[in-house]
Amino acid sequence: MEETIQKTQTEKIKPPVVSIGIIGWVKANLFNGWFNSALTIVTLYLLWKTIPPLFRWAFIDSVWRTTGAACRDTGGACWSIVTENLRFILFGFFPYELQWRPLLAMFILFALLFFSRGRKYWKKLLGYAWIAGLFIMGLLMKGGLFGLIPVESTQWGGLPLTLLLSVFGLTAAYPLGVFLALGRQSNMRAIKLICIVYIELIRGVPLISLLFMASIIFPLFLPEGLTINKILRAQVAIILFTAAYIAEVVRGGLQGMSLGQYEAAESLGLNYYLTMRLVILPQALKIVIPPTVSILISAFKDTSLVVIIALYDLLKTTQTVLSNPEWMGFSKEVYLFVAILYFLGCFSMSNFSRKLEKELSRGD
Amino acid sequence: MNRTSSANSESQSSDKAMIEIIDVHKWFGDFHVLQGINLTVHKGERFVICGPSGSGKSTLIRCINRLEEHQRGRIIVDGIELINNIKNIEKVRMEVGMVFQHFNLFPHLTIIENLTLGPIWVRKVPKAEAEENAMYILEKVHIAEQAQKYPGQLSGGQQQRVAIARSLCMNPKVMLFDEPTSALDPEMIKEVLDVMIELAQEGMTMIVVSHEMGFAKSVAHRVLFMDYGKIVEGNTPEEFFENPQHERTKLFLSQILH
Repeated sequence: MEETIQKTQTEKIKPPVVSIGIIGWVKANLFNGWFNSALTIVTLYLLWKTIPPLFRWAFIDSVWRTTGAACRDTGGACWSIVTENLRFILFGFFPYELQWRPLLAMFILFALLFFSRGRKYWKKLLGYAWIAGLFIMGLLMKGGLFGLIPVESTQWGGLPLTLLLSVFGLTAAYPLGVFLALGRQSNMRAIKLICIVYIELIRGVPLISLLFMASIIFPLFLPEGLTINKILRAQVAIILFTAAYIAEVVRGGLQGMSLGQYEAAESLGLNYYLTMRLVILPQALKIVIPPTVSILISAFKDTSLVVIIALYDLLKTTQTVLSNPEWMGFSKEVYLFVAILYFLGCFSMSNFSRKLEKELSRGD
Repeated sequence: MNRTSSANSESQSSDKAMIEIIDVHKWFGDFHVLQGINLTVHKGERFVICGPSGSGKSTLIRCINRLEEHQRGRIIVDGIELINNIKNIEKVRMEVGMVFQHFNLFPHLTIIENLTLGPIWVRKVPKAEAEENAMYILEKVHIAEQAQKYPGQLSGGQQQRVAIARSLCMNPKVMLFDEPTSALDPEMIKEVLDVMIELAQEGMTMIVVSHEMGFAKSVAHRVLFMDYGKIVEGNTPEEFFENPQHERTKLFLSQILH
């Protein structure tokens, strides 16, 4: 008897075979109980009914490089609408032979974003790279220097426009939102009041109406002859709108900080600015990374609303392709393509935020 | 007896008044939390303040570095009067270290970063020098091996020793302790008190709000008893514990000493 007890104590007890391996997993997760078994079978049936036809439509019966007329004869997906119109979808009315310029600008932007992904790359050099990169991108888009043919901003469109509005919109809205949140917490009544009025006013109107105001009402107040670039006006509207939302999220983070942190910083002799910059904001902003990224993602998608003030962003160029009689009716394919582009943008944002959160949570 | 000066204190190192508190009043709403406090602390003196909760002892020491604002009377720290002038207040805070009941370390920074934050940004000490000094002080509080960890990875006693070290890194002239051992598990109290005793032996000017009577007996020059916003009684530890004058003091001592 004693021996057996000792044996079981020294030997490692393995889990029963049924609960490990594929069979164990299937049994535990798909077929435990009659209800779950029925659910599994129904789901499998539905998948069987939908996935193979979808696959067939998208890959087997599909055509990739034909004219619109040829597309109509096949039963599958007409990816030709994407491949044949790719340059218009991506670049809009940017002069055809100059489209290498926005393409190059986008590559520079992607490279910069790629190298900004980890905190270990956040050095001075990266800052200079961003400044140089922004300058080069602006030059590529606008031209007019170094023998580049000037291109009016009214001809900008497609993906570069969407990226321009989002990247600048988000990077400018974030710090503005933080300042607004701090202002709303301020002891100075006037500043506090201004921030509250601003935040509540902006949050009280839809982005569409802000864009309308920026593009139609705002110019009425400008003196004769003075016009401000339409893209810039839309950009400002997006920044102002997003900042108000970020401000409220950041305020939530600030309220989550314990009074002790402020007191500890103050009793070391740190002034307000240093207390915020070194102690409070690093912690508060970290807490609110998830909701902040939600706002940034939705702002990224909301840039598509600029169609209503006749800017040709990615979504608008897509719709324009569909209004061409040759390609009319293939909206599924082309919208899927655009959806994938938007998804890639949003997914990389949320991925980045998850990584950042993980890196910043070392202290907890 | 209200004016608890200790000019005749035996281990007087200098006549210079480090902290002068003259007829200080404070209200929280209608609640009169400090009712005419007079107190003078000279350089090198160590005061322990005790009293029931709500007696105003924490509020009093928090007034000394302006975490609370007094509404009447004067507080003068190292020759600088605490008035509504942010530059004055910051100057005083540089000279006055504060240790809190709940440590209040910065959880997003490593221990060494917690210690060098003040010196680098407020005193403008070069980073290498600040780190060298921080390591020296961490040795003094017996915790140098934890320098690269985060506060959340340390025990309560260790965190409080780091908090003491963080204040010391600013090279303060006065150290205030606001119930430094009240939030600690019993087995960790001694390690913190030991550090405080070592600090006392080096001649640091200290005001400690605490009920650790053993600590008071061994290092305090004077023990003060506060109740209802007033300093009821103040005396040398021997006299205070052997021969308390007021009924309220006797009652309080009997409650905490059993």
